[in-house]
This record gives sequence, C-alpha cells and structure tokens, in this order.
Amino acid sequence: MKNDPKKIIRYTPSERANHWLTAITGVLLTLSGLCFFHPFFYPLSQLFGGGVWTRILHPFIGVVMTVSFGVMFLKYSAQNIMTPADWEWMRHVREMAGGDDRNMPEAGKFNGGQKLLFWLMTACMVLLVLSGIVIWRAYFSFLFPAGLLRLASVVHAASAAIMIALIMFHIYAAIWTRESIGAMLYGWVRRAWAKQHHPAWFRDMTGGSK
Amino acid sequence: MALQSLDIARRSATTTPSPKQRKTPEVVKLIDVSKCIGCKACQVACMEWNDTRDAIGTNHGVLDNPMDLTENSWTVMRYAEVETDRGLEWLIRKDGCMHCSDPGCLKACPAPGAIVQYSNGIVDFHEENCIGCGYCITGCPFNIPRLSKKDNKVYKCTLCSDRVAVGLEPACVKTCPTGAIVFGTMEDMYHHAEGRIADLKNRGFVNAGIYDAPGVGGTHVMYVLQHADTPGIYQGLPKDPGISPMVSLWKGIAKPFASLALGAGALLAFFHYVTQGPNKVSDEIEKEFKNEK
Repeated sequence: MKNDPKKIIRYTPSERANHWLTAITGVLLTLSGLCFFHPFFYPLSQLFGGGVWTRILHPFIGVVMTVSFGVMFLKYSAQNIMTPADWEWMRHVREMAGGDDRNMPEAGKFNGGQKLLFWLMTACMVLLVLSGIVIWRAYFSFLFPAGLLRLASVVHAASAAIMIALIMFHIYAAIWTRESIGAMLYGWVRRAWAKQHHPAWFRDMTGGSK
Repeated sequence: MALQSLDIARRSATTTPSPKQRKTPEVVKLIDVSKCIGCKACQVACMEWNDTRDAIGTNHGVLDNPMDLTENSWTVMRYAEVETDRGLEWLIRKDGCMHCSDPGCLKACPAPGAIVQYSNGIVDFHEENCIGCGYCITGCPFNIPRLSKKDNKVYKCTLCSDRVAVGLEPACVKTCPTGAIVFGTMEDMYHHAEGRIADLKNRGFVNAGIYDAPGVGGTHVMYVLQHADTPGIYQGLPKDPGISPMVSLWKGIAKPFASLALGAGALLAFFHYVTQGPNKVSDEIEKEFKNEK
C-alpha cells in the first residue's frame, strides 16, 4: 500500500497521532468545560465522575492538549502562512459552500479556509491557556487579584465558545469533504482527491505531471 | 441540608424556580461599629457554635487575630487607627459575609444547589454540592468565601441559618456584651439603625449612616458607621460594592445565547449537508484518473 502510485501520503503516522491526541483532549475539554459554562450542561459532569472530578480533571486535560496543540503548531505554522491566493480563496468561499468550485483559486496542501481556521484556533488556544492558568484555583488563582480572575473567567468562557464553534466547523468540513477523514485516519489520499481539492499540492507531490 | 422551615428563594446554577410558595420575613444582622469594643467574643461564639477551630497563628503586632478570614474563621475583627477631624479614632469592624440580596457568589457558582439563598435573605453554602472551583470567590464583591485546603470546599458565615431556623439569634449576636450586634426583621433593624444614627449625629458624627450596599440589592448584614461617607477607613470596606460587570458578563445572557448559537450552527451544518450534498471528487476528474490506468 505504501508504494501504491495511485495514493499520495498526506499525513505521517506521527502527525496523525498528534492530531488525534489533540482531538480527543479537545472533545474531553469541551464536554467537561461545558459543565461550568451553563447549568444546562452540568449533567455532562456525570461522564467524568461528578462535578468535583470534572473540576479536578479539566485543567489537567488542558495541559495535555496544550502540549499536543503546541507540537501541532510547530509542525504546521509554516505551512499555514496566508498567501494572496488564500485570501482570494476566502472571497469565493460562499460559492464553494454552494457547490460551485469553478472560481476557486488552486489550493496548496491547505486551502485558505483551513489556514484561517488554524490561526483562529491558535489564537483561541493562547487565550484559553493564559486565562486557564489564572482561573486554575488549586494551584494558581491565589497569585492573581480578583479583577484579573474575573477578566480571565470571561476570556476563558468566550474563547472556549469560539473554539467550540471553530471545531464544529472543522468537523463538519471534514465530513462534508468526502475522504478527508480517511486522510487523517490512514494518512493517504487518492490522486483524484488531491487534484480535486488541493491542485497546487497535487502538482508538487506528483512533479507537475497533471 | 436545607430546612423546610427556611424556604429557598434562589439556588445556584438552577434555571427553574426554587420553592418559594411561602414567604418568611427577611432578617438582618445589624452591626453598630460605634458600640463595638473589639472584645472578639463574637469570633469565639462563632467558633463555638459552628465547631470551627483555626490554627494557632503568630503575633503580627496588631490586635487582628487571625489576620484574615479563613475557612475556619468566618468572622474576624478588623482594627483601624484612623485620624479624623475628631482626632485619633479606633474603628473596629466585624468582618464577614454580608448576605447580599443579589449574591455574587451564588451568581458565579456553577454547581447546582451548592449556594442557596433562603427567603429570609440568608445566603448559605451547602458544601456537599460544592465542587471546589472557587468561582464564588471570584464573584464575591466583599472577598469573603475561603477555600479549605483540607477538603477543597468553600466556607463562610452562615448567619447561623440553623439557629435562625428555630427562632434563635446568631451566636455572635447572642454573645455580644455591648449590644453592638443586634438581629431581627429587616424592618425592625432599619428602625433601630435610624435611632442609632440620630444618636451619633447628636454626638457630632455628622456623617453617621447605615451601610447596606444598595449595589448588591441591599444586604442582610448591615453596619452603622460613624463615618458612612468614607467606608474605606474601616479596613477597606468597599465604597459602592456591586457585582463586577465582568461577573455579570460572564454569567449573563451571553452564555445561553452562545449555547443556542452553537446548537443552531450544528443544525445549519446538517441542513447544508442534506440540501447541498457532500463535496465529492468531480466525475470529470474521476474519469481522468480512471483512463490513466
């Protein structure tokens, strides 16, 4: 399979493991964090062994995600620099959602939407980590004044809500764009898929054959 | 833990109405700072009734002992030597929970039923529901709740809700030798305070007044202050305490709105999928690669 000429490697095993560790911790953080977001979600704390366990576990899971996301950031930041073509891609994104990709500029390994999402998620992560440290009552909150704690509580909740929205969008885009979940699960994509969705990357990978 | 004789008016992290069929009169503990002699009998009575024992501290060269509220010291005397137009004054304030009508702690608490407000106005922590997040500390405008290092639960003055439930006054009130602390219905206490303020004004304390923090909807612990215009001189009593706008923003309408928006987003995605169909490799490209082989 590895040398099958019809397939192109998109994500290495370590990239995949890194992505899924981030994803798993992200889901756990969403479920446990929502408990404290609004009483409507408090029953989710039962998934973690009750309210006290949820309070204890949430920040530690956050530490794991921070490290995992950080590794991913180092790996992908250079590949996610927005180019003029990417901004042009973003301007046509509505046509894309409507099923018309004729006017889409050629995307590289990542398209403009994926790149923008990467930077928005990174910004949310930075805010979540900084505010999360301040409101981690067991170890850090005593170091900060009440005013900063209040601000951090708002920042944490707001950036978490935005992060959840971004992740939901990310998951839907992966479901909508067929075969992309397979790419992240197994690492490879079909040549046809690459040419359809990431033509510039396809040319790079195949030495400009098509 | 809740007593049937004390109906609950408000319950933390609960969006449906709490039992409020009956109405009990609102109670107030009135602390007349001008009558306080700083004997700390109230601190002792509080510890005795509530069976709390604080660690033996060290002498800091002042009378304050302990130096701050703790999970075991729900009330402390705060001593201030202040120069006023009347010369040197020794102002002694009994600090502790103010039992706000609009409690910032209750508003901030994410654990259902960990903080309740009885219909008589007492704000009580039900530690068995407490998850130890400390949000109440963030929400309190008076810096009162203390997180225990032993059990990770928060503690503060209960206004002796157990005593009040059976028609007794709080332990600190019972023990106060000068009558500086009195307890009764809100109406009676305002009436009593008026008399005290008139007396103080007669004695030349022109700015004597009541401290009941209208910014938190009023409190169920009130002070009579000789200098009500400058509460800060009483060891930092806040001038216009209120729930921080940050806390209101954090716990306000934004969150249910954001939750709805996320739900709507998920629905939108689903309907996008069923109306637009998936984003597949076009037949054209598929054919191109099929012919390749």
